[in-house]
Amino acid sequence: MQKQAIFQSKLLPYALVAPQLAIVLIFFYWPALQAMIQSFLLQDAFGLSTTFVWFENYIDLFKDPAYFEAILRTFFFSFAIAVSSLSFALLLAVMADKPLRGSMLYRTLLIWPYAVAPPVVGVLWIFMLHPSLGVLSRYLRALGVDWNPLLDGNQAATLIILAAAWKQISYNFLFFLAGLQSIPRSVIEAAAIDGARPMRRFWTVIFPLLSPTIFFLLVVNIVYAFFDTFGIIDTMTRGGPGKSTETLVYKVYTDGLLGGNLGSSAAQSVILMIMVIVLTGIQFRFVERKVTY
Amino acid sequence: MVEEEGFRRYVAHIILWIGIAIVAFPVYLAFVASTQDNAVIANGQMSLLPGGHFFETYYQTIFVGTSGSTREPVGNMMLNSLVMALLIAVGKIAISIISAYAIVYFRFPFRMALFWLIFITLMLPVEVRIYPTYKIVADLHMLDSYAGLSLPLIASATATLLFRQFFMTVPDELLEASRIDGAGPFRFFWDTLLPLSRTNMAALFVILFILGWNQYLWPLLITTRDDMQTIQIGIRKMITTTDALTEWPIVMATAVLAMLPPVLVVVAMQKLFVRGLVETEK
Repeated sequence: MQKQAIFQSKLLPYALVAPQLAIVLIFFYWPALQAMIQSFLLQDAFGLSTTFVWFENYIDLFKDPAYFEAILRTFFFSFAIAVSSLSFALLLAVMADKPLRGSMLYRTLLIWPYAVAPPVVGVLWIFMLHPSLGVLSRYLRALGVDWNPLLDGNQAATLIILAAAWKQISYNFLFFLAGLQSIPRSVIEAAAIDGARPMRRFWTVIFPLLSPTIFFLLVVNIVYAFFDTFGIIDTMTRGGPGKSTETLVYKVYTDGLLGGNLGSSAAQSVILMIMVIVLTGIQFRFVERKVTY
Repeated sequence: MVEEEGFRRYVAHIILWIGIAIVAFPVYLAFVASTQDNAVIANGQMSLLPGGHFFETYYQTIFVGTSGSTREPVGNMMLNSLVMALLIAVGKIAISIISAYAIVYFRFPFRMALFWLIFITLMLPVEVRIYPTYKIVADLHMLDSYAGLSLPLIASATATLLFRQFFMTVPDELLEASRIDGAGPFRFFWDTLLPLSRTNMAALFVILFILGWNQYLWPLLITTRDDMQTIQIGIRKMITTTDALTEWPIVMATAVLAMLPPVLVVVAMQKLFVRGLVETEK
């Protein structure tokens, strides 16, 4: 698609694109290229000489059980965060979609957590469920749970998943509500006339019509769980105890921070890059289909 | 119309209020903690109702900071966050709108190549190029500066895409009309296109402001000086020391202050926020 009415100028368009182009080249492409080059290099212990080692950094990475565990953990977190947040948000959206009094107020009261930053989410949740002073920990202990997410890896993982899912409720709620409101009332009425009860109407009519929204949100939530949980993890558990909450992004960060293995850190970055490309690709293919839907 | 029976309606109200309670409880707890005494909190004896230390705690948080770990007034951190958020939001909008203008209203060699070059940055979030980007910013002597905090994040594929799509829907007649009036590319942009883009810019601004204010990983890497910290980094440093020394009322007051600006933006500009969110995800 192109505009018919345009301006004639040789230099002006380049001048207009130049600022964005400069930033993109200096801060996006150059570092990405550096990461790719570095992932093929091996530095000696003193950083004095580097040798080209082909795929050795990658091979080492995949031989490392810790990396493999980080991959599995990241996928598990993503899945758990997406499913719990999506199902709760869908329940709320279905309720808010009903012709209720005060439905605008409900919407306002449910969407604001979108604006809470991940590190703050981490602080809020660790405070609430802190082993020694958390308000909710008292009740957990009263129920007989030996609650200590700072020592128990599974509990730490649960805490991260809950906190990350909590933050994403508002986003998912908003998109589900928009999706529900775009379903024609006549379709639902037709099902009602045919005698379908509300539960049946939901599973046989509304849910299938909502599937594009669900799929879109699934991808967005996975991307969110991959990248935006960094702040939550960093203020809550720092990847610990042990490595029980270390995701792929957190691992790149800590591995590079320790200044240890630059080549390995770069190879991890490149693998993440490939994952983002795949996820974004899926998202865009889907968006195109949604248009014709 | 599908009638909802009274009973089902009650259930819906109840479920929604439970949802609101789950969403609000951690934040309420933070506010309550920020008004209580540290010793009581540290003992795990915190009350679920606000205490009497509101003014004291917030005064100390904003103007003094913690007495132990950071000693940086949170007011200053908020100022840093505000400057960074505004630079990111305004910067992204400014450079994206002129790029989109060039791509839509001019024909020049490599036009689409440049468009794709901007577009592909969507797939290069800062998380996948952490250390090389850090090195470049360090080489450019931009560590601990507002330029370092904002410039590397200012490119925006989404905003460029959004403005491009919007410009495509602007009728050609407008350009022809302003050309008859003798307008060049600058006048047309300033007098016609910019006023038309106002709502889009506002919606985008709301989203980008929140995005900028909530930045974490990048400021964490490139700020070392305490007086350049953003509030998100400051709050993390406050809980780094051993638990016994953490000044919880101040940490929680900082959490409340960190949430306040973006949450107010969402609530006050709800329409623009929803629009911005839906538009940028397309």
